Amino acid sequence: MGRYVLRRLLQLIPVFFGATLLIYALVWAVPGDPFAGKCGERACPDSYVQFMTEKYHLDDPWPVQYVYYMGHLLTGDFGQTFGGREISEIIAQAYPNTLKLALMGLLIEGVIGLTAGILTGLRRNGFLDNLVLVSTLFLLAIPTFVSGFLLQFVLGTQFRIIDPTVAEGAPFWDYLVPGFVLASISMAYVARLTRTSIAENSRSDYVRTAVAKGLPQRRVVGVHLLRNSLIPVITFLGTDLGSLMGGAIVTEGIFSINGIGREVYRAIVTKESATVVGIVVVLVMVYLLMNLLVDLLYAALDPRIRYE
Amino acid sequence: MSNVYVADQPETAREGRPSGRLLEVEDLRVEFRTRDGVAKVINGVTYHVDAGETLAVLGESGSGKSVTAQTIMGILDTPPGFVTGGQIRFHDKDMLQMSSEERRRIRGEGIAMVFQDALSALNPVFTVGFQIAEQFRVRRGMSRRDSKIRAAEMLDQVQIPNAKQRINEYPHQFSGGMRQRVMIAMSLALDPEVLIADEPTTALDVTVQAQIMDLLADLQRERQMGLILITHDLGVVADVADRIAVMYAGRIVEEANVHELYANPAHPYTIGLLESIPRIDEKGQQLRTIRGLPPSLLKIPSGCPFHPRCPMAQPICPEKVPPLLQLGPTRASACHFAEELVKRD
Repeated sequence: MGRYVLRRLLQLIPVFFGATLLIYALVWAVPGDPFAGKCGERACPDSYVQFMTEKYHLDDPWPVQYVYYMGHLLTGDFGQTFGGREISEIIAQAYPNTLKLALMGLLIEGVIGLTAGILTGLRRNGFLDNLVLVSTLFLLAIPTFVSGFLLQFVLGTQFRIIDPTVAEGAPFWDYLVPGFVLASISMAYVARLTRTSIAENSRSDYVRTAVAKGLPQRRVVGVHLLRNSLIPVITFLGTDLGSLMGGAIVTEGIFSINGIGREVYRAIVTKESATVVGIVVVLVMVYLLMNLLVDLLYAALDPRIRYE
Repeated sequence: MSNVYVADQPETAREGRPSGRLLEVEDLRVEFRTRDGVAKVINGVTYHVDAGETLAVLGESGSGKSVTAQTIMGILDTPPGFVTGGQIRFHDKDMLQMSSEERRRIRGEGIAMVFQDALSALNPVFTVGFQIAEQFRVRRGMSRRDSKIRAAEMLDQVQIPNAKQRINEYPHQFSGGMRQRVMIAMSLALDPEVLIADEPTTALDVTVQAQIMDLLADLQRERQMGLILITHDLGVVADVADRIAVMYAGRIVEEANVHELYANPAHPYTIGLLESIPRIDEKGQQLRTIRGLPPSLLKIPSGCPFHPRCPMAQPICPEKVPPLLQLGPTRASACHFAEELVKRD
C-alpha cells in the first residue's frame, strides 16, 4: 500500500512537467500582444515595452522561457503579472471562493442525488421514480448557463430571495444557489448511478442471504445493500470534487464569484501567460491528488481491492 | 389394491401421521409471471421433514427444487414469483398466513439455509466474523465482544483452522471449501431446527464435496436437525439421505426411502436418472442419458409431464395427470404404472 502511494506520487512528476509544458506552449501559441491596451488610450512607450520584454524574456523562444519559468516555479515562485502582482497572491485569494463553491456543489449532489437515488432504487417504477427520472433528464439537458441565469433572474432579481451575486467573503450559505447550478448535472448523474447500483445489488445473492438470516429489513438495506451499492457512487463523488475544484468559469461568471475559474479566464483574455500557467499547474496537481485519494478510498471501501 | 390410496387428500392423509410434524409443504403452487407468459414452476409439491431426518430433493435444473426452498424461506423474488396455492406448515402453523415479522423470526432460528455459491452469497465487503456475529447481535442482543467470540466458536465447529484469526478475514480470502464452511457456520449460528442446503457442494471440487457433505451430515446428527438437501447429484444423496423426493417439472414424481429408491425405483424418470450414473464397469461405452430435454415451464406437456421423454409412455399418459400414489408406508410414485414397476424385478 505504501509503495503504491509512493509510485503514484512519483507519477505526478512527469505529469507535472508534461502539463506545464503543454499549457506553456498553448498560451504562447495564442496570437496577440500582451501590451496592447495596457497603457490606456495610447500605445505603450517603447522604453516600457523594452523593459518588460527583457524582464520577462519575451524575445527568447518559448522553450527557453519555459525553462526560466520552471526554474522560478520549483523554488516556489509563481512569478508576477505584467502589472507586478504576485500570482501566488491571486491564487491564494481566489481559491477559497472556488473551494466553498465546490464543497457546496458536492454537498448538494451528495445529499439530494444520493437520497433520490436510494429512494428510487428501492421503489422502482413508482411515482417518485418517474418524477426523479423526468427531473434528472431535465437537469441533464439544461446547460449550466441557462439554469444559472434562470435561477439568478427568478430567485435573485424577481423574488429577491437570494443575492444575485456572491460578494467577496460571503458566508458559505450564500453559495447555495451557485452550488446547485454548478452541481445540477452531476447531481442528476449521482441520482441515476445510485438508483442503478441499488437496483442491481438488491437482486444480489448476499442480500438474499441477509434476508434468509432473519435480519430486519432496515438492516438488510441499511447495512448490507447500501455499503455495496455506494462504492461506485462515492468514488464518482470523489472524482467529481476534483473537477469541481478546478473552478467553474460559467457559474463563477454568472454569480460574480471571484474564483479560480474567473481568474483563469481573465488571464487568458489579457494574455497573462504566467498567471494561466500558474493556476493550471495548481489545478492539475489538485486533480491528480484527488484522483489518488479516490483510488485509496476505493480500496478502503472494497476489501477485494488491494494495491501492490 | 388395498394399500394404495391417493395422497393428495389432506384430511385422510393426515390421520395416520404422528402429530407435530416439523416442516410440511403441502400442495404448494408457485408461478413466475414473466413477459413471455406464466411459468408454472411448482405444481402441487408435497413433502415433509422431521427432526433428525435428512430429506434429499432430487431433480434436474428447472425442476423447481430450489424455488420450493426459496418459497419456504420466504426469499422468493416477487415479482416475478407468486405463490398461488398450498401451505407451508412449520410446527403445524401455516407460514404463508403469517405476518412478515413472524416469518422473519423463523428465518435463521427455525429454518436456515445454506446457498450453493458461497462466494456470491456472502457479503464481499464485510468480514466473515461480522456476518456471523451480526446474527447474535441483532437476534440475541449480544454485545459486540461476546458475539465475536461466538462467531469464532461457530467457525471452530465447522472445522476451520485458526478460527480466531480468520473471523477477521473477508470471504474472498477463503478457499471454496472453507467458504462453504463459513456459509454453514453462518446458517447454524442461531441453532435452527430445519436446515435447507441448496446444492451445497455443486460449486466445489470433488474431494472437497465429500468433506462438506460429511460435515453437514455430522452436524445434522449432532443437532438432530431436519435437513432438506437439494441436489441433482445421486451420488451425494446415497450416503447421507434418509428419504428422497424426486422432482420433475414442478411436481414430486417419486418419494421413497433411500434403499427402496435405489433398489426398486417406481417411476420411469427415477429409473432413467439411476441409469445415467456413469459406471466403472461400463467404461468406454457411451453414457446413458434420458432422451429429450426437460420441458419448458411455460408449456408443460399435458397429462404426465414426463410422457414425451418416457420410454414406457402409453396412450393414457398425455391424457391424465397421474396422482402421487402411495405405494407403501414410506413410498409414493406419480406414474400410471407405478405398481407394475414396483412388482417387476
